[in-house]
Amino acid sequence: MSSIAVELKTVSRHYGAVKAVDGVSLSIQDGEFFSMLGPSGSGKTTCLRLIAGFEQPTSGSLLLHGQEAAGLPPYERDVNTVFQDYALFPHMSVLDNVAYGLMVKGVAKATRHKEAETALELVALGGFGSRRPSQLSGGQRQRVALARALINKPRVLLLDEPLGALDLKLREQMQAELKSLQRRLGITFVYVTHDQGEALSMSDRVAVFSQGRIEQVDTPRNLYTRPKTVFVAGFVGTANVVSGELARRLTGSERPFSVRPEHMRFAMSAEGNRVSVEGRLVEVQYHGASSRYEVRVEGNQVLTLSMLNGEADEASLPRRGDTVRVAWAPEAMVQLESGG
Amino acid sequence: METLPGVALPAPARPRAGVARVVANVLYRRSTLYLLLLLTPPLLWFGGVYLGSLLSLLVQSFYTFDDFTMGVTPELTWANYKALLDAANHDIILRTLSMAGTVTVASAVLGFPVAYYMARYATGWRKGFFYIAVMLPMWASYIVKAYSWTVILSKGGIIYWLVERLYLLPALEWALTLPGVGGSSLSTSNLGRFLVFTYIWLPYMILPIQAAIERVPGNLMQAAADLGARPTQSFRTVLLPLAFPGVVAGSIFTFSLTLGDYIIPQLVGPSGLFIGNMVYTMQGSIGNIPMAASFTVVPIVIIGIYLTVARKLGAFDAL
Repeated sequence: MSSIAVELKTVSRHYGAVKAVDGVSLSIQDGEFFSMLGPSGSGKTTCLRLIAGFEQPTSGSLLLHGQEAAGLPPYERDVNTVFQDYALFPHMSVLDNVAYGLMVKGVAKATRHKEAETALELVALGGFGSRRPSQLSGGQRQRVALARALINKPRVLLLDEPLGALDLKLREQMQAELKSLQRRLGITFVYVTHDQGEALSMSDRVAVFSQGRIEQVDTPRNLYTRPKTVFVAGFVGTANVVSGELARRLTGSERPFSVRPEHMRFAMSAEGNRVSVEGRLVEVQYHGASSRYEVRVEGNQVLTLSMLNGEADEASLPRRGDTVRVAWAPEAMVQLESGG
Repeated sequence: METLPGVALPAPARPRAGVARVVANVLYRRSTLYLLLLLTPPLLWFGGVYLGSLLSLLVQSFYTFDDFTMGVTPELTWANYKALLDAANHDIILRTLSMAGTVTVASAVLGFPVAYYMARYATGWRKGFFYIAVMLPMWASYIVKAYSWTVILSKGGIIYWLVERLYLLPALEWALTLPGVGGSSLSTSNLGRFLVFTYIWLPYMILPIQAAIERVPGNLMQAAADLGARPTQSFRTVLLPLAFPGVVAGSIFTFSLTLGDYIIPQLVGPSGLFIGNMVYTMQGSIGNIPMAASFTVVPIVIIGIYLTVARKLGAFDAL
């Protein structure tokens, strides 16, 4: 049985005429790794700041563990935040940074330093306490920010693009560490990111944001295999979204549908049970494990195919400029809502 | 490279040789020479004109002044520094120092909220208004401002008029009877002198604090609140320590400007000289350059001690 950690009921945050968050409703389960995914300006960070209490909703209701939290300042909320640029206090040692949450509660110095040291060990930074934040690398600062946010033992941890400033290798390592930390501590993580790979690989559920609204809330697998809108299909992974006249000819309806590149194949001729369309191969990109083929079909629409290299005999593959036929199974098509 | 038929690519433009280019290339290769060229004029100015004259001041403070011939001889002596400890001179130093300290504390207390508002809340035209409001008094002549204050503070002046309308005249008259504060009227009291000093130097306190607060990232205050700090706590533990170098910078201005001033003590307040008046009298009227020089060394030493203490207290840790 799980209870709801965070619940937003038609929450809006407007800045004058700008609707940063526009009627968002969602509920996050206790102990869940929940991601808010979207391009910049989609409202995901504002949503996080509403939960943290840095912003107050223009309208709507926000519940933290069943308690109304709209109007409460950040220091009255049982949530803590890991900031995008860490926001470590430059005039304090690493240990004092981590112990800050206990200090403002009036915990004695010896006790809070002991707990801070434990928190630093949790993020594999034991013994770094006496340094200044400026003496640490980006990845280490990231861990200090994490330890500092965890010291108050919050029930919900908010993470605002915490890995955005790290390089790729470190980012992948930290993703795995964050995920395992969340499993060990069993607390709710609300994770804001614009990186769909990150959201898919770490989360239990993902909310996809666009223009201040939620397009879809679902498990990573469902988001990828069953996108509901054109926006989600295009933002989560690569998708061939077919609409208009071509869609009508192929499916009998102008309603857009999407097919993932890896579900498309080259075909010799129109086969009975497969959907296919003819076009000209305009681009071939080699990606190591796979290759990407771009085919321009009728209506000037470009379809992208992705094939594992070695899957097919290289000599039989078409070349740039060839006329080809692209085919896919009918069940690979996902009907989309046209909005978004 | 593929070439398109019928299209001739233009030859790449060759850089033209010229004196400027040759010089630029030489300077690019010899970066030390470049640095030397850039640094020589300012180093000459600071080293020669600025530090040199300070050094000559220091040396002259050890020269001997003959009371009888009114002449200066380059015989080194501690006599001038010993004279600083005479009761009369000692009083002058204490009087100046306590005024400088009081003015500095008052400027910091008055200036911080203004600087905080300017840095954190004011935007657009409000910010511009505050900048101009703080800097405008600095554009006006210092003498004019000092003289107008003698009128403002005098009996029959606007302050007396206002205090009378508010039925507070007895309170003011009582305050003027206090030792160390009072005088026969506001314009001849230490209180009046303090008001004028604080007015004149306040902008020099506001601007450095404002700059320091501006440099404190806004999300640090949010992080503090997020971790459970109430506004007073986050102010005390995050903003104040980070803005403190600005307060120290501002206090160096207000403190040293008050220490060295000799106009306001002449125009406003009770009789009794300040260090600046003493320097002026010693070198202007009497010609006792060595004594004037030793008086001048006093504020330099005080500021030096002040900065050392501030550094020990960690005022510059956040820089």
